[in-house]
Amino acid sequence: MSSPSIGAEPPYAGAPPDGEQGRGRAYLVTAMFLAPAAILLSVWILYPLIYTIWRSFYDSSGAHFIWLDNYKTLFSTDTTRTAIKNNAIWVAVVPALVTAIGLVFAVLTERIRWSVAFKIAVFMPMAVSLFAAGVIWRIMYQQEPSRGALNAVSAAVVDRVKQPGPLSDAFPSGTKLTGTPQTGIVLKTPVRPGSVALLPLTGIPPDQVPAGSVQARQPAPKAGAITGAVWRDFKPGGGTPGKLEKGEVGLPNVTVVLRDSSGKSIGSTTTGPDGRFVFAGVKPGAYRTAIGSATFRQPYGGVAWLGAKLINPAIMIAYIWVWAGFSMVVIAAGLAAIPRDTLEAARTDGATEWQVFRRVTVPLLAPVLSVVFITMLINVLKVFDIVLSVAPSSVQANANVIALAMWRTSFGGVNDFGLGSAIAVFLFLLVIPVLALNVRRFRREV
Amino acid sequence: MSRSRISLLVLGAALASLTALAATASGASHRKYAVSGNLSWTGIWTGAEQKNFQQVLNAFQKKFPGVKVKYTSAGDNTPQVLSTAVAGGKPPDLASVGQPGLVKQFAGRKAIKPIDFARALIAKNYTPSWITLGTYSGHLYGMVFKGANKSTIWYSVAAFKNAGVKPPKTWTQLLADAKTLRASGTPAYSVDGGDGWPLTDLFENVYIRTAGPAKYDLLAQHRLKWTDASVKVALKTMGQIYGDTSNIYGGTNGALQALLADSVNNVFSTPPKAAMTMEGDFVPTAATVKAKALTGYNVFPFPSILGSPPAVVGGGDTVVMFKDTPAARALISYLATPEAATIWAKLGGFSSPNKNVSASAYPDVLTRTTATALAKAKIFRFDMSDLAPAAFGGTAGQGEWKILQDFLRNPKDVNGTASKLEKAAATAYKK
Repeated sequence: MSSPSIGAEPPYAGAPPDGEQGRGRAYLVTAMFLAPAAILLSVWILYPLIYTIWRSFYDSSGAHFIWLDNYKTLFSTDTTRTAIKNNAIWVAVVPALVTAIGLVFAVLTERIRWSVAFKIAVFMPMAVSLFAAGVIWRIMYQQEPSRGALNAVSAAVVDRVKQPGPLSDAFPSGTKLTGTPQTGIVLKTPVRPGSVALLPLTGIPPDQVPAGSVQARQPAPKAGAITGAVWRDFKPGGGTPGKLEKGEVGLPNVTVVLRDSSGKSIGSTTTGPDGRFVFAGVKPGAYRTAIGSATFRQPYGGVAWLGAKLINPAIMIAYIWVWAGFSMVVIAAGLAAIPRDTLEAARTDGATEWQVFRRVTVPLLAPVLSVVFITMLINVLKVFDIVLSVAPSSVQANANVIALAMWRTSFGGVNDFGLGSAIAVFLFLLVIPVLALNVRRFRREV
Repeated sequence: MSRSRISLLVLGAALASLTALAATASGASHRKYAVSGNLSWTGIWTGAEQKNFQQVLNAFQKKFPGVKVKYTSAGDNTPQVLSTAVAGGKPPDLASVGQPGLVKQFAGRKAIKPIDFARALIAKNYTPSWITLGTYSGHLYGMVFKGANKSTIWYSVAAFKNAGVKPPKTWTQLLADAKTLRASGTPAYSVDGGDGWPLTDLFENVYIRTAGPAKYDLLAQHRLKWTDASVKVALKTMGQIYGDTSNIYGGTNGALQALLADSVNNVFSTPPKAAMTMEGDFVPTAATVKAKALTGYNVFPFPSILGSPPAVVGGGDTVVMFKDTPAARALISYLATPEAATIWAKLGGFSSPNKNVSASAYPDVLTRTTATALAKAKIFRFDMSDLAPAAFGGTAGQGEWKILQDFLRNPKDVNGTASKLEKAAATAYKK
């Protein structure tokens, strides 16, 4: 501050002694230099700003002055309230995370061998527009494992650990079975040796009927044995549920379990091509026949990243992915400027790496970290395009943010420029304190 | 100069019979340069639709060589583009928009000009409900050029064959068939819940059948509350489908993420992932998988509920005029003729509400069926959500779209849904 301002010197040094005229010319020169910027600023910033504030006091048609009604609506409508709440979460979470992740990356890249390659990889998303990044993540987040990359990876792991059953779509037919595909299916009434257990299943698509299956056959009762059949209880038109009819095929290779009266499994067998099975040599008593849940286990369905519950974290992850590179590069530059001898001195004094990081590196980096943090704060307050591109329209209301609400209200079909302007003014007021902080910091640095 | 001449021409055209009309129109080409000027048109039609509409414009420019029409596509952003253009004082000469609500808004602000000069000609070619639709405070402001029949259900022929069911004629039969389809291993329904509007279309189709067209009109103008018993009956009826979650492809969560193309592909793919999807006549153009009409997929009209008479709920893109010039008048008059509509009809993907377009103009059986049903329907009502203020019936993530998506999530909440709808409607209609 105390150093003489060099930029201001020349006009005064070159000013002629005859005061008035010279000062006038100096003003003129100043004005000429300022004019282009001043004109651009007033056309693109000042005029729209004033017009927006003025417009926010009018209704949607622009004909009636309605005082602060738009601002009342802003805080009383669910849509805008959700937007404000979400923006608050964004501000609380994202700038801090981006700065922290950038710091970690910056410090780590100093120590690894392929640091340039790593930096390029992390910085690469900055070259992609936020909207495009959003589209990429939207595709990766798709719930169906066959379509979304993230769920494809988790499905590959989960399905390997817990293999899906051969009849994952089947469910019990008729009224004589209890249980669900999730718990396993049990015949309601107990069976005794010499009787027949019928286990009809349905909901099996034609292409999932096991190969080699043939027309199901009614099993004959056999003394000392429990006989039965598992079959696809469906023929075109539906047929009669629970009844084994012509045109209905047996389900081979289904594991049927026999349980005693206490529920303990005492044996299992598999069905033949016509769906029949036999438990031979069964002692007298009441038993239950069941098909275990493993037969019906569904393939992994994927995480609903784009559902109402996860949509906000999902968008934030995408956003952090983009901005981590920026944060890393700025912090790495700051890191390079830190005097090495300070770090060395700390190490010589016996500080651990963590202590060096915590007590020396971070405090020295504080000005750079605050630059990143404040920049991110402003960016996050006006976050817009990535929300628009990641969130499907069914959950866009859950993911709404102030800038998106402003655009939707003004142009998204509602066409209420009054309320839209009010939202814009509100956003402007939110950004002002952060800007003030930034300006103060700039002054201090100069 | 030629304004009176054009209206004479139009009057003549209106009085003439079909063949005489063609003669008058070709007579116009002899009077070369009678009308001249440049027209700008901002429209909703993109891609193939834009190309096909360009053919219509080319035919017009052949007739009026003095007029140059420049079509700019704004697609789904048409409301934004037009609103901004109007606010900035530089609207195009003409525009085609998908939302009658927007037309009404523009008419209210006097941003668009009445097209009363073409009323007689339009009345000759359209059933009265279309005229009512374009009329605001006594003046005709819009003419629907491209219509859509939204009372259609598309099904996979293979899925129906596997299950041994035939297209249902009644709602009860539809529900029974759905059960059979589920037992056959194919989920019956593919629901496009990711976009909100297809849900409103199902509601409207159910409502016009359970409550009747008179109540439909009242509800569309919000002279009947959404908490009315008739709305609840319709919601309950919808719940018979939405509540059958194991019969919806992908379950409720999957449905809420499915967009139009996904829900159509589910039905059109081989083997089918789902058996039926309820949407308008534009369904085949939305498919991105290859499927053959009649052998791969087919269509049946929305079934009757408790003996309701056949009814068609539809939509359409309205042509409006921002600047009243002779050239603009000539183009609107031309578009009102069956001749203009036939050009696009022949190219496919188009249903004209013009009742004088001959059925043979449509290139395939399915379009012929859906388009004729649209133009000749005795009970025809415009898509209710399109008539509502956009804040209620036309904005993603709020109003009716959002509330019905919540209803799809929780189809048991009939009363809550009705009161949420009423609350949203009350705010939106007030403005």
